[in-house]
Formats: sequence, C-alpha cells, structure tokens
Amino acid sequence: MVYLTRKAEFSASHYYHNPDFTPEENRRVFGKCNNPNGHGHNYTLEVTVKGEVDPRSGFVVDLKQLKEVMHREVLDAMDHRFLNKEVPEFLDRIPTTENIAIAIWQRLATKLASAKLHRVRVYETPDLFVDFYGEA
Amino acid sequence: MKAHLSRRYLFSASHRLHSETMSPQENQSTYGKCNNPFGHGHNYIVEVTVSGPVDQKTGMVCNLVDLDGFIEREVLARYDHENLNMLQEFAQEVPTTENLCIQIYEIVQRGFHEAHLERVRLEETMMNSFEYVG
Repeated sequence: MVYLTRKAEFSASHYYHNPDFTPEENRRVFGKCNNPNGHGHNYTLEVTVKGEVDPRSGFVVDLKQLKEVMHREVLDAMDHRFLNKEVPEFLDRIPTTENIAIAIWQRLATKLASAKLHRVRVYETPDLFVDFYGEA
Repeated sequence: MKAHLSRRYLFSASHRLHSETMSPQENQSTYGKCNNPFGHGHNYIVEVTVSGPVDQKTGMVCNLVDLDGFIEREVLARYDHENLNMLQEFAQEVPTTENLCIQIYEIVQRGFHEAHLERVRLEETMMNSFEYVG
C-alpha cells in the first residue's frame, strides 16, 4: 500500500453562527468568528489517497485525474466564495474547519476512480488544521 | 462524525543535555555540542492533536478558546523562556526533546478533558521532531 498526497489552496470567507443559540450565546461560543459579515482565510487542502502501485503505470493514482477531481468538486465550489451563503452544505451546517474537512471528504470519496481516499486535511492557518479519515 | 484537530504553539527555552550517571567523557561522546555546560536554546513548536465527534451545535471537536487557554496556562507559561534543566521534572531526567514531549503529553492528558488527546508532536528545530502518542 502506498499513500499519495496532493495539495491545493483556496481562499474563502465564513462566519460561525447557530440560529438555535441566542445572540449572547453565539458571541460567547464563537467569539470573533460570529461577525455576520464574515472573515476569510487562505485554506490549504491536502488530499491523501491510498492504493497499490499499478505495475504497468507505476502510479497509485493518475495525478492529473486527482487534480481535476479536486478542482471540479472542491475548488470550483469553494475558492473565492462566502461558504455560508454559496456552498450548499453550509446553508444548514456551520463552516468550521471540521465541517469543511467532512464536506470535502463527502465530495471526493465517491469520485475517485482507482485509489481510495485515506485522509482529508484542511489547514485554516499554518497553526490550525483538521484531519478527517471518514470515521463515523 | 469523528475528526482530528491539531494546533501548533511556539515557545523558546534553553537546556543542556547531561546525565549524572555518565562520566564526563561519556556525556561528551553521547551529547556532543548539547553537553556545553552553559546550555543553549531552541524555538520549539508543539503540535497538539485532539479528536472527538464534531458537535452538531457548534461544528467543533472542542472550542479552540478552551484548548488555547489550557495550553497557554499549563504548557507555555511553564516552559516559555525557561531553562528546562532548572524545572522540577528535569531535576533527575535529561531534558531531551523526547522527554519534554512526554511531559507535555502527560500535562495535556491529565488536565484537558474537552476532547481526546491523540498525539503531541514537538519540533526542536525545522529539521527534527518527536511524537508521543501515549
């Protein structure tokens, strides 16, 4: 088994707000991230796939295809977007880094042809990142 | 759904690697430049990984304010701008980055209960790092 990781970057804005919370509760739980006008990050995405090396091509996965899938399923939807308002998953789910990693996993898992998705890592900043392994 | 959250923190500290159980020659051959009696320092980066179910109400594994507050109080306040050899936990133990990594893991494991501790990873320089998973 070999693991292969492909990186990508996207920039997006978001804010944290739960409509079931009172305004005070929203501010207490989410702090500065509760500003309804949003704020932004440069996110770094790392997608790790795993599989056996194909004896003919020497590849775990066709990188060109992986790159295309990441662009089509993730970057086209999230890059330079206001996540709360423009990405369907976040109309009723808070776009925390945790939920972004889960949403990206769900977008990619069924779209990969040969290799199997192993991990989605999303950096919100260089000092904060989330890993999702598809665990229930 | 279960996710892993990692956060990186910086602190600076000095240390000297020296074991009372070794002869001066043995200390020198084991620790090399790190055995300099005056000590030397590093900018350490500690990377703490916690895991747990993502809370549907908040979208979080745990509130970062809680994790940051805990690490600030219990780890950074203890080690930042200190000479590690002067601290009680290193009175008998050599303050290698391995041992410091284990100490930090145990502090977090004992005191932080908002999420499950998965791993502590400690970078001593950009070229070397250590991980402890318990």
